[in-house]
Amino acid sequence: MTAATAQGPNAAELRADARRERLVLGALAAPGLLLIGVVALAPIAWLFWLSVRKGDSYTLEHYARLLHSSYAYSLQTTFELTFLVTAICALLGYPLAYLIAQARQRTAAILLLFVLFPVWTSLLVRCYAWLVLLQRRGLVNTWLADAGLIDLPLRLVHNFTGTTIGMVHIMLPFMVLPLYATMRAIDRDYVRAAANLGATPSQAFRHVYVPLSLPGLAAGIIIVFILCLGFYVTPALLGGGRVMTWSMQIERNVTYHSDWGAASALGVVLLAMALAIFWAVGRVIGFNRILGGR
Amino acid sequence: MGEEQRRDGEALRRVHAALNHGRTAVPARAPGRPRHIRTREAAIGEASGGERGSGLPISITGIGKAYGAFKALDDVSLDVASGEFLTLLGPSGSGKTTLLMVLAGFQRPDCGRIRFGDDDVTLAPPHRRGVGMVFQNYALFPHMDVAGNLGYPLRLRGLGRSEIEERVRRALDMVQLSGLGARQVDQLSGGQRQRVALARAIIFEPRILLMDEPLSALDKKLREEMQIEVRRLHRRLGMTTVYVTHDQREALTMSDRVAVIDKGRFRQVGGPREIYERPGSRFIAEFIGESSFLPVELRGCEAWAGGARLMLSGGVPAMASPLLVLRPEKLRVLAPGEDGAGLNVLRGRVDELVYQGESTLFYVELPGGARIAARQAASASAPALPGVGGEVALALAPADTILVPDDA
Ligand SMILES: Nc1ncnc2c1ncn2[C@@H]1O[C@H](COP(=O)(O)OP(=O)(O)OP(=O)(O)O)[C@@H](O)[C@H]1O
Ligand SMILES: [Mg+2]
Repeated sequence: MTAATAQGPNAAELRADARRERLVLGALAAPGLLLIGVVALAPIAWLFWLSVRKGDSYTLEHYARLLHSSYAYSLQTTFELTFLVTAICALLGYPLAYLIAQARQRTAAILLLFVLFPVWTSLLVRCYAWLVLLQRRGLVNTWLADAGLIDLPLRLVHNFTGTTIGMVHIMLPFMVLPLYATMRAIDRDYVRAAANLGATPSQAFRHVYVPLSLPGLAAGIIIVFILCLGFYVTPALLGGGRVMTWSMQIERNVTYHSDWGAASALGVVLLAMALAIFWAVGRVIGFNRILGGR
Repeated sequence: MGEEQRRDGEALRRVHAALNHGRTAVPARAPGRPRHIRTREAAIGEASGGERGSGLPISITGIGKAYGAFKALDDVSLDVASGEFLTLLGPSGSGKTTLLMVLAGFQRPDCGRIRFGDDDVTLAPPHRRGVGMVFQNYALFPHMDVAGNLGYPLRLRGLGRSEIEERVRRALDMVQLSGLGARQVDQLSGGQRQRVALARAIIFEPRILLMDEPLSALDKKLREEMQIEVRRLHRRLGMTTVYVTHDQREALTMSDRVAVIDKGRFRQVGGPREIYERPGSRFIAEFIGESSFLPVELRGCEAWAGGARLMLSGGVPAMASPLLVLRPEKLRVLAPGEDGAGLNVLRGRVDELVYQGESTLFYVELPGGARIAARQAASASAPALPGVGGEVALALAPADTILVPDDA
C-alpha cells in the first residue's frame, strides 16, 4: 500500500463515487478535447512530419536550407518588424488602456467601441485604406504639403514604415483589450493606500499601479508578438515587395515552388519561436498570472 | 508594560530627533495653505517632540459633500481631541466612509474645513497628510511581501535599508507576527492580514489613524481579540484615532467617544455610557442596544405611560411627543410579594418567552395593547417567570426612566 487509504464502512463507496465523477467530467470535456486534437494538434504533427520528409526518407535538408542568407535576412526583417510593432503597440496601448480604465463606465464603453471598431472591418479593406492614406499623393502627404511642412512627399508606404504603421493599427486592439481588463480589475484602494502611505501620484503609479497591470501588459505583448511573427497580409500589401517576412517565404515556397518540405520547416521554426517567447515571458511574469490566475 | 512603553517612547524620540535634525521652526501659515512635507525626512515625525500620546487633534468644520442632489455629508462639524479614540457609528450609507475619505484626502468636500492640529489640510493631497489608514479590504499590495508592504512608507521617506529592516521587525513584533516578513500577502489568514494592515498604517508613526470597518471581515472571536489589540496599540502609541464601524457593540467597547451619524449628519456625540444610558432621541435609542418605546402622556407636570405615573429623576422635560425608552435589561420582574415602592411599575401579561442561554427574553403585553421586551438573567436567585399568559409586574428605576423625543 503506497498511500494511506481511508478505511471505514463506506470508504470504498465514496471512492467509487469520486471515480464516477471524474469519468463524467472527462466525458463532458471529450468533445472539446477531440476538437482541439483535430483542428490544432493534428495539423501541427502533420506539419512537423512534412518538414523532415523527402521522398520516402527522413531528412534535415529543409532545415539546413534555412541557414541560407535569404532566410536569415527575412527572419531578421520579421523580428525587427515584430519587435517594433509590439513595442509601439505597448507604448500606445498602455496609456490608451489606462485612459479607458479610468474613464466613467459610459465613456469607457464608447472609447472601447472605437478601439474595437477596426477589428470588425475586413483586414484587406483596412490595408487598402492605409494605402490610400499613405501613398505619394495620398491624404497624409497632401495635408502635410498643404500645411507647408514638407516639400517632397514622404515615402510612407511600400516599405518598412508603411508596414509598421499598418501592423500597429491592426494589432493595437489586441494590446489594449487584455491591458484594459487587467487595469479595470485593479482596486482603487491600492493606489489610495500608496498615496496614504506617502507616495506622490507618480510614485503610486510606478510602485503600485504598473506592477499590478503587468500581467495584462504581458498578455498583450505575447498576443501581439505571436500574431506579428506569422503576419502575412499587411507586409505583403503595404511592404510593396521590399519587406520580406518569414510568412511570405512560406507562401513563396508553397505557391511558386510547391516545396511543402521547406514551407513546413519554416512553419515549425516559427512555431518554436512563438513557444520560446511565451516561455520566456512566462518565466519573468509567471504563467498563472498571464493565463488569468492571480 | 511600563518598561516596554518607556522603551518605545525612547526609540520614538531617537527616531524623531534623528529625522528632525536640521529643521528650523515652522512659521504659522495662512489658513487654506496646507503644510507640505518639505523634505523627505521631515515626513516622519512631524511631531515636535515625538512624545507618546502626541496625537494631533482633528477639527472638522461644516463639511458638506453631495453626489448630485444626494447629500452624503450635510454640514458636519466635530472636534476630535489629541489622542482620542473616536468611533463613527451609523447605518449603512450614512456617510461614514465618505467622511473618512474626506479626512484622508481621497474625497474633496464641497464645503467646509479640515484641520489637523494647527494646519488647515482641506486642500492638501493625500500623500501630504501623514495620516495612517486601515482600509476595509486591507489594500495590502499583492505584489509585495509582508516586509515590503510594511517597509513601503519608510522607503518613500528615504530611510536606509537597515533602519527599515529594524523598524519592520519591531512593527511585526508589535502586532505579534514576528518572523512573517517574507510571507506573501495571499499566504496570510484574514486575521494576519488585518494585523499587517494595522502595522503598515502605524509604522511611519502617523499622529492620526483612520480605520474603516477594519474588523468587519473577521469572525466574532477574532474580532473581539482584535478589538482588544487595537485598543492596546492605541493606548501605547497614543495617536488620534477615527474608527468607523456599524457594529454598535464594537463602538461601545472601544471608544472614548462615539459619534452617531445618520443620513450625513451627526445625531449624537458622546461617551459610550452617555450614548447608551442617555440617548438623545428615538433614533439613537433604537440604533444602539435594544429598546421598546411607550408613548408618554404629559398631564400638567406629570408624565404617564403604560397606565402608570412615571417618577423621573430629572423632572418632566419639555418636548413635543415624548417616548419612554425601555431597555430590556433595565426592567426587573417583581417578586410576588414585592410592592415596588420608589420604582416605576408596569403591569401586563407575558406574551412570549425566548430562552437565550445566559438570559431569557420575554415580551409583555400592557393593558393598552403595547408590547414591550424585557430580559431576565438566568439565575436561580431571580423570581420565577410566569408562563405565557401569566401576570407580571416589571419595575424600572427612576434613574433608568428616560424620555426621548420621537424623531424616527
Ligand atoms: N461615488 C458616489 N456616487 C454617488 N453616491 C455615492 C458615491 N459614494 C457614496 N455615495 C453615496 O453616499 C452615501 C454614503 O456613502 P458611504 O460610503 O459614506 O456610506 P457608509 O456610511 O460608509 O456605509 P457602509 O456602512 O455601507 O459602508 C451612500 O448613500 C452612497 O450611496
Ligand atoms: Mg463604508
